[in-house]
Amino acid sequence: MGVSIEVSGLNAWYGSNHTLRDIQLHIPANHATALIGPSGCGKSTFVRCLNRMHETNPVGRVTGTVKIGQVDIYRDISPVEIRRRVGMVFQRPNPFPTMSIYDNVASGLRLNGYRNRKVLDEVVARSLHQAALWDEVKDELKKKSGASLSGGQQQRLCIARALAVDPEVMLMDEPASALDPVSTSKIEDLIFQLKSQYTIVIVTHNMQQAARVAENTGFFLNGRLVEFDSTHKIFTNPRDKRTEDYITGRFG
Amino acid sequence: MTRIQFHRKLDDLKERLLVMAGVAEQAIQRSVEAYRTRDISICDLVDRSEVAINGFEREIDQMALDLLAMEQPMAVDLRFILAVIKINADLERVGDQAVNISDRVRQMQGFPAAELPVDIPRMAALASAMVRKALQGFIEEDAGVAKAVLTMDDSVDELNDNAFLALSTLIREQPEWAPQALSALMIARNLERVGDHATNIAEDVIFWVSGADVRHHLSA
Repeated sequence: MGVSIEVSGLNAWYGSNHTLRDIQLHIPANHATALIGPSGCGKSTFVRCLNRMHETNPVGRVTGTVKIGQVDIYRDISPVEIRRRVGMVFQRPNPFPTMSIYDNVASGLRLNGYRNRKVLDEVVARSLHQAALWDEVKDELKKKSGASLSGGQQQRLCIARALAVDPEVMLMDEPASALDPVSTSKIEDLIFQLKSQYTIVIVTHNMQQAARVAENTGFFLNGRLVEFDSTHKIFTNPRDKRTEDYITGRFG
Repeated sequence: MTRIQFHRKLDDLKERLLVMAGVAEQAIQRSVEAYRTRDISICDLVDRSEVAINGFEREIDQMALDLLAMEQPMAVDLRFILAVIKINADLERVGDQAVNISDRVRQMQGFPAAELPVDIPRMAALASAMVRKALQGFIEEDAGVAKAVLTMDDSVDELNDNAFLALSTLIREQPEWAPQALSALMIARNLERVGDHATNIAEDVIFWVSGADVRHHLSA
């Protein structure tokens, strides 16, 4: 099941560049939360702080607290463990190109020491079902490489790979921006189904997508969280003029 | 991401609606002028206005539909387009009321002129003022101005109620005046409806500007 995320006093830097400023945010469990804002506003940095990826950058630095469920991810847990609990899907699908579809999905489990063939088979099948890819690939699981799939299929393969390690939170950084409309709608349908089991945070430049899939939306600008509210409120009658100006295309 | 073309199209839509509003307002004034002077040639002008108003209605709906389909408007822009679609329908109905009034004036031509206990020009002035005020709120994007229209509606309703009482009494007591009295009653009813349309327009302006739904006496 998904868990809630509690962010308080979060600041992030790239070298001397202060990219996130004092972010306070409660992300509810088993909901999809969209983050929007112009390029460079800090939304991608923010999601990278939710699984400690930001600190993998040599000049990246973070202060503040991020609690996933009851766990303070910067104090109570290792970066490796947190990335098992918090899956991530990127803009460009990145399946392991030399691995089969099966091995791509099983890779996270194997890394965590699972070797039992029966368990692996079950998890691979379940994850591919969850990612709505099973029917398209079930006959070629071990014959075809992940890289031989279409862009949309590759992205769903990456989602299956992330789901295989049974995370509590799924972070998605523009997961459909490189996909055609049909593949995009499959990813959106998927997000809609997955949020009953996982907490989903999605960064998107596509505001209609945010409106379609997310219950809540946060608007970032210049490293600050300007407004966070129900998606309905944000897209029909936002409180902050800057939010309104951005979503109506008056700047950005 | 500044959407210059989109905002230009929104400006065009607003301008077009205001042109239509001007024609609708004029149609009401003309129909009441026809009533006052019993000049049938003015009724013909009202009919022509209505044809123009119907054309505007189709054009504005098409512009709004295109913007919804092509631009995916959000927030204040989405509320604006929804408001325009509804105001458009109300203005078209204002045009219909003008035609109804001028049709009644034509019918009254067949009967001797009568001194009727109803102040149609006063009702018309009030209803027209409501339309003007609602449109002023639309032009100035001012929910406060639009709100003032909601209170004005009570006065028009009261005049209509008074007209009903006075004219029904006249019909009962002097049945020979019934045809003229019935026509005047219908005209008063038409003007009361114009006031209702102005109220709808004001509510749509408030929704557009502030996001608040004040229909049916709801405060938000």
